Amino acid sequence: MRLEERFSELKARDEPALIIYITAGDPSLEQLPDILHLLEDSGADMVEVGFPFSDPLADGPVIQSAMFRALQRGTTLPKVLEMVARCRGALRIPLIAFTYTNPVQRYGFERFAKEARSAGFDACLMTDLPPDEADEWLTYARAHQLQPIFLLTPTSTTERIRLVAERGEGFIYCVSRTGVTGARDQLPPDLPDLVARIREHTDLPIAVGFGVANADHVRQIAQIADGVVVGSRIVQMIHEGAQAGNDWRPIADILRAFKDATRL
Amino acid sequence: MHYLAPDEKGYFGRYGGRYVPETLIPALDELTEAYLHYKNDEEFQRELNYYRITFAGRPTPLYYAMNLSYALGHQVFIKREDLCHTGAHKINNALGQALLARRMGKKRIIAETGAGQHGVATATACALLGLECEVYMGAEDMQRQALNVFRMHLLGAKVIPVQSGTATLKDATSEAIRDWVTNVRTTHYIIGSCVGPHPYPMMVRDFQSVIGQEAREQILAYAGRLPDAIVASVGGGSNAIGIFYPFIVDEGVRLIGVEAGGHGLDTDAHSASLTTGEYGILHGSASLVLQTEDGQIRLTHSVSAGLDYPGSGPEHAYLKEIGRAEYVAVTDEQALGAFLWLTRHEGILPALECAHAFAYLQTLGQELEPNSVILVNLSGRGDKDVQHVAQILNTAENAESTPD
Repeated sequence: MRLEERFSELKARDEPALIIYITAGDPSLEQLPDILHLLEDSGADMVEVGFPFSDPLADGPVIQSAMFRALQRGTTLPKVLEMVARCRGALRIPLIAFTYTNPVQRYGFERFAKEARSAGFDACLMTDLPPDEADEWLTYARAHQLQPIFLLTPTSTTERIRLVAERGEGFIYCVSRTGVTGARDQLPPDLPDLVARIREHTDLPIAVGFGVANADHVRQIAQIADGVVVGSRIVQMIHEGAQAGNDWRPIADILRAFKDATRL
Repeated sequence: MHYLAPDEKGYFGRYGGRYVPETLIPALDELTEAYLHYKNDEEFQRELNYYRITFAGRPTPLYYAMNLSYALGHQVFIKREDLCHTGAHKINNALGQALLARRMGKKRIIAETGAGQHGVATATACALLGLECEVYMGAEDMQRQALNVFRMHLLGAKVIPVQSGTATLKDATSEAIRDWVTNVRTTHYIIGSCVGPHPYPMMVRDFQSVIGQEAREQILAYAGRLPDAIVASVGGGSNAIGIFYPFIVDEGVRLIGVEAGGHGLDTDAHSASLTTGEYGILHGSASLVLQTEDGQIRLTHSVSAGLDYPGSGPEHAYLKEIGRAEYVAVTDEQALGAFLWLTRHEGILPALECAHAFAYLQTLGQELEPNSVILVNLSGRGDKDVQHVAQILNTAENAESTPD
């Protein structure tokens, strides 16, 4: 399992994983391989590849717009799988499929698990599929060794934490705050308590995301968690980079700064 | 027949459930627990009943529509939800949920609205109970339903325009859910229809089933028997489930939901999710949904803002699947025709939403034995639509008078 290997490699160096989220198809699906290589080369330890959905109700304005643009350009679930399959061989980092449930159920849970795995995805997270609803999905995800990742949030009870610890694989995605995705000025003060509360019930690595926008946030999370997820900030920079004639240097720079911040 | 739905996890057959971000699950658990508790709490029921009678104007009358009956050759009874306070059945649910929210200690209420009727009902319940109220409404709908926007402002609610997507009900609902995910600790989300994650479809149905309970007693008293058919318009489906539910066990009663056929089912411009949609997940539950091959939610159209929605409540999808209810669609044009007919010949100005139900009567009338008893749910009044209809008629008139 590539996720475990990567986490244990990093753990040996006492470094948390830098996990980057992008929306596939923005600015274009053809550029996905280049962007994945850019992220890998600049310090990303794992990448969450977002599949665009018309009604992303867990996402804030930045990712909503990225998904809208991706869909307008004709991005579909099978096309994303195809593109990932094409460039996977040259990438070393683990890839996580990040999606809403409807496009996947429409494609077929079993077919998606099988094809996402063979395209080279290591894990999959469905934002609107809590573990209680995931029986069918779990059967197929496990059968095809696509690790199912679930989320926990500040509202999660001990019972929910136990359920996710039991059903989840790869890592636990800890949502830093109540709310949708999007960069914020500050991390919530009760975040260390939340991570500690989850830690009591699991040996799985814990990655913190939502609202992570700068190196300072990354540094703070690095002290308490096994991974830190940056999404909207990078999605916004990819959009701006595309508008500036595909200038990706600012992204490479910020990723290096983030990676450095995980090492402190 | 025996009917017991949903199950403990909120499923009506394969429809329903809770497909929402993890953040909301504990809130839905808390809501389910509170609802099931107060549902059987005498004091809560007494309080709800008090406001239903003294504030909302219940029971609403059942009206024998003489001219319509004569025209169709059947006995047509109309359940007058348009006579509810605020002008539509939406107050039944808004009052119930606002009272529940107060008991749960939630001081801030959010809602989504399409035609604005649910927004107005929620703003009204909040004004009554002293709760803070914010309503998400598609920017396009705010134009179509300007009068209701002003009413909400007068009632002290904040109306938040939603620009994303088609700027209609679907997008307003997504935005309300995003607000709820963010402010879930202090806020109760009053969903306006029998959609969304469990317990909403069940709870909204229960609050709305007062329509069917009253209608059942009334029609037994007036017609001396159960109706042969019940007809109601369906967007999300709350007025329909409200009148259907107490009759589900009466197998001889046909239950017919009329959807918005827009420009026609052979076009993409309609909102008929039960008639033409497929299994899908939208706004927290599995139901029949208008979607593309790739599982993206489709854009919809209806002349009526309240029906302009790509999904319907999971219970309707289930009633269709088990063959207990039928779902059909009528076009914008047919609905407008019925709007004008009912106004001119019965002196009742129906909301464009309910005009869809009336538009189906002619077709239904031909299927039924002469002198059948038909019960139609008139879920709201059409005052809010007058300006919109005037615009449509003017455009049509201008088009006609333009020489070729």
